[in-house]
Amino acid sequence: MSRRVVITGMGVVSPNGVGIPDFLHAMQHGISGLRFVPRYEELNFNCHVAGMPDFNWEQLRDYLPEVTFYGLKGSTIGYAIKAAADAWLDAGYSLGGEETHWDTGCVFGNSVADTEAMKRVISFVDSKQARKLGSRVIEQSMNSGATAYVSGLLGLGGRIITNSAACATGSQAVLLGYEYIKHGLEKRMVVGSNEYIDPYIFGAFDSMRILSRKFNRTPEQSSRPMSASANGFVPGSGAAALVLEDLESALSRKATIYAEILGGVTNSGGQRGGGSMTAPNPQGIVRCIRGAMDDAGVQGSDVDLIAGHLTATVADKLEIGCWATALDRKKGAFPLVNSLKSMIGHCLSAAGSIEIVAAVLQIWHQFVHPNINLEDPHPEIVDMIGAESMPVKRIDKEINIVAKANFGFGDVNSCLIFAKHK
Amino acid sequence: MDRQEILAELKKVLTPYTANKEALNSLNEQTDLIKDLKINSANLVDIFIDAESKYDIEIDMDSAEKIHDVGSCIDVILEKMKQRN
Repeated sequence: MSRRVVITGMGVVSPNGVGIPDFLHAMQHGISGLRFVPRYEELNFNCHVAGMPDFNWEQLRDYLPEVTFYGLKGSTIGYAIKAAADAWLDAGYSLGGEETHWDTGCVFGNSVADTEAMKRVISFVDSKQARKLGSRVIEQSMNSGATAYVSGLLGLGGRIITNSAACATGSQAVLLGYEYIKHGLEKRMVVGSNEYIDPYIFGAFDSMRILSRKFNRTPEQSSRPMSASANGFVPGSGAAALVLEDLESALSRKATIYAEILGGVTNSGGQRGGGSMTAPNPQGIVRCIRGAMDDAGVQGSDVDLIAGHLTATVADKLEIGCWATALDRKKGAFPLVNSLKSMIGHCLSAAGSIEIVAAVLQIWHQFVHPNINLEDPHPEIVDMIGAESMPVKRIDKEINIVAKANFGFGDVNSCLIFAKHK
Repeated sequence: MDRQEILAELKKVLTPYTANKEALNSLNEQTDLIKDLKINSANLVDIFIDAESKYDIEIDMDSAEKIHDVGSCIDVILEKMKQRN
């Protein structure tokens, strides 16, 4: 039994916009959410810029019971709650009901719970004050914290799963939700991912020397996917969530259908064939993209837009090469490709879900967002696909099929095919 | 500090932990923390921690086990304040 799966609700907490209307406006107008962070300079990091959502913590009072709000400290859980509750409301449901939604599950992913919150725990324990930590620390430090808060707030009674696949986490969460509905195991899934980059995790990435460092004084120019001057990624924080639903269920309740998920695959290159803990095996990526297209029943020539992973590192070239191989489309016939990371940096575990919301918005509103900071496209990428495939201005045009992928440490890949619902 | 004063202070400590504002408004020594105020039993420990810092006392686990309503809570607070002095 194979069911059709559609998207009926979305919520987003992005460095360049909190809530769908602000996020859509920022995407359409190429507005960057990257900022200079004085503390990172003080801490002697190489990279002093980051994407941090303009998040109003007090706003969570609108969603959470007072008792739950009091004692909630973890930023990453706060982002997840806002995104998931907005998606749920957008799908036409309400908060605060007493009933359990037995037919709705949840897959929400993240990488690390909250190191900054754990710092407080460590200092209390080390000063022999553990008894003062109270009852709310564990629920916010467990990896399933965001999933637990979200499913509790919405009253979800299906399968409740926390996934983690580094930078492929978000798209993998959406894929898992899609598969459960497709195979008739769930009617509805709330899916998404969240990330809060605290100074400790940021510092550890900084030490890998893979972060942008040449645009510290011009933060809006610091994330430069596909450009010759790309010099590393810019970490970002945030969350996004989507409500996925069996098409019949969505039609029967006359829900807004933003797009359909046609197919997807998550796999690994096995850290072989050039793949490693931190680099992808190109064969794994090509198989992932081709597998997703097969599952979706589309050809490379059907793809209107590639919403890339494209982090602004040396791997951009390799990724573009993989797309060209998988789609069997070269310069002159290559589809449009863009990277939201040019505006918001790399939101790691949250990247996939935020970028999928962006992909779905481009289908729903029929446009292609610009790649900002692409005054100097990388010559080898231009040779492969042609500069005209990398729009630097918004393009309003018919978008039917979008291919979206993310790749993560551990050589994990995830690719999904989205379509305009017809 | 007499029992009435402690009850008034305790009301402030309890406020963020209960959604039942009606029971909170009519708080008295017989008010049960879990049955009347509907406080999640896992969060009782947070109330004790808040009370400890408010009254500069330490509520050990044996004493905490005796607390079930506002009256027994005041008993323990008074006892610990006396020990402190």
